[in-house]
Amino acid sequence: MRLTLHVWRQKNHDAQGRFVTYSMADASPAMSFLELLDVLNEQLTERGEEPIAFEHDCREGICGSCGVMINGRAHGPEKGTATCQLHMRKFKDGEVIRVEPWRSKAFPVIKDLVVDRAPFDKIVQAGGFISVNAGGAPEANLIPIPKPTAEKAMDAAECIGCGACVAQCPNGAAQLFTAAKVSHLALLPQGQPERTRRVQKMVDEMESYFGSCTNFQECEAVCPKGISIEFIARMNRDYLRGSI
Amino acid sequence: MSGLSNFYRSAVGKKALMAVSGIVLFGFVLVHMLGNLKLYQGPEKLNAYAEWLREVGSPVLPHSGLLWIARFVLLAAVGIHILAATQLTLRNWQARPQKYKQREVLEATYASRTMRWGGVIIGLYVIYHLAHLTWGRPWVHSDFIPGDVYHNVVSGFQIWWVSGIYIVAQVALGFHLYHGLWSMFQSLGWWNSSNPQDWRRRFAQVFAWIITLGNLSFPLAVLTGLVK
Ligand code: HEM
Ligand code: FES
Repeated sequence: MRLTLHVWRQKNHDAQGRFVTYSMADASPAMSFLELLDVLNEQLTERGEEPIAFEHDCREGICGSCGVMINGRAHGPEKGTATCQLHMRKFKDGEVIRVEPWRSKAFPVIKDLVVDRAPFDKIVQAGGFISVNAGGAPEANLIPIPKPTAEKAMDAAECIGCGACVAQCPNGAAQLFTAAKVSHLALLPQGQPERTRRVQKMVDEMESYFGSCTNFQECEAVCPKGISIEFIARMNRDYLRGSI
Repeated sequence: MSGLSNFYRSAVGKKALMAVSGIVLFGFVLVHMLGNLKLYQGPEKLNAYAEWLREVGSPVLPHSGLLWIARFVLLAAVGIHILAATQLTLRNWQARPQKYKQREVLEATYASRTMRWGGVIIGLYVIYHLAHLTWGRPWVHSDFIPGDVYHNVVSGFQIWWVSGIYIVAQVALGFHLYHGLWSMFQSLGWWNSSNPQDWRRRFAQVFAWIITLGNLSFPLAVLTGLVK
């Protein structure tokens, strides 16, 4: 495949960034998007240029490290797929592809396509846990949980914290991420004692960094795990219940 | 009190207040449209209805008492709604200082993307509408007769561009209601599924259509000569 890539290059946080155009003559449809960047980086290194910085780890769609805007979509054109699991067969020969980092005031660019997603950790630190001394692993069937509830909690727990929801949201809101992290605990018996305090702390922390939700539903459309905005409604309800 | 001010400080709390004030305004526009249907029953019925609005509640309340209570509640709802909308919008505009060179719109509906400017259009229209048919200012209505609602509506709408303003505003209100009514469930935490055909979307569609079609029918009926 022949491809033209416009890639955002930025030396560091303070530097002025710009798009640089690269042509690739030898891309294979079997490559993942990150492998395409790997090959491009090889060529850049051979030419003595600085390779493009991008984040990745598992390359299996489970760690949440990867993620860039590809032609105006977080994680690119394939629904329910993280950038590392997107393959070049989804693109046409000769296609022009624009690659941009997540853009949010809360996610400053560190270098090229790498952004600092620390505010997500801050939100989890504010309450995304259960305060008990865990000890050894308890017997799994000690607390019976109905199957549909367990499934729902797992749907929320699927969130890998990649930041695509913030990236796509016209308001730069982190509601889907926070709602997922709130809900997977709020649905389970272990999460009940701190349920109200948790949602208030996490929402307050979220709002100190991000914009807020106006129900555009763009987040749901790009979430690689297909997390539903139903969880945002759940979070709102818990927050309101705790405030009134 | 500190609980309440904390609640208002949060965006989630502001959205809940927007939803509650939105419900009040929705109830108003629905009843207002249904009341205006009396236009089709002729001058006596419509004018009697307008007079009834002033008398209802008496003798317990003074003349126009209930009307003033309703006006006060509506004014408060409009105030809260616009204040919260403005504050949230300004905050959201700051959340992405560096814009994307390219960003596709995936699921966001036209209605959802026009809430802010649509709201501004509706707000300006409401002021115009009050000056036109409630206060009857000569610079917006040259032939206003206090108390003769039927005459004021018909002679007003016979001017094509006056009807035009009403038509544009009702379409804007229809879009605003569609996204607003759906959003309200989300903001207040009522869900059953995010399936686009779920009852929340249906509810929003049905009521946005009812109100918009009802309101559009009035200027159209006058322009076509059905009502004169
Ligand atoms: C007859 C007048 C109006 C009615 C019936 C109405 C109704 C509603 C409703 C029910 C909502 C949903 C609240 C929620 O987010 O949960 C809403 C949202 C909203 N309204 Fe209004 N509204 C009216 C006038 C206005 C005006 C005058 C403005 C602004 C100047 C405005 C701006 C907004 C904005 C920005 C939203 C939030 C939209 C979003 O979250 O996407 N509205 N409205
Ligand atoms: S690299 Fe782990 S999810 Fe993509």
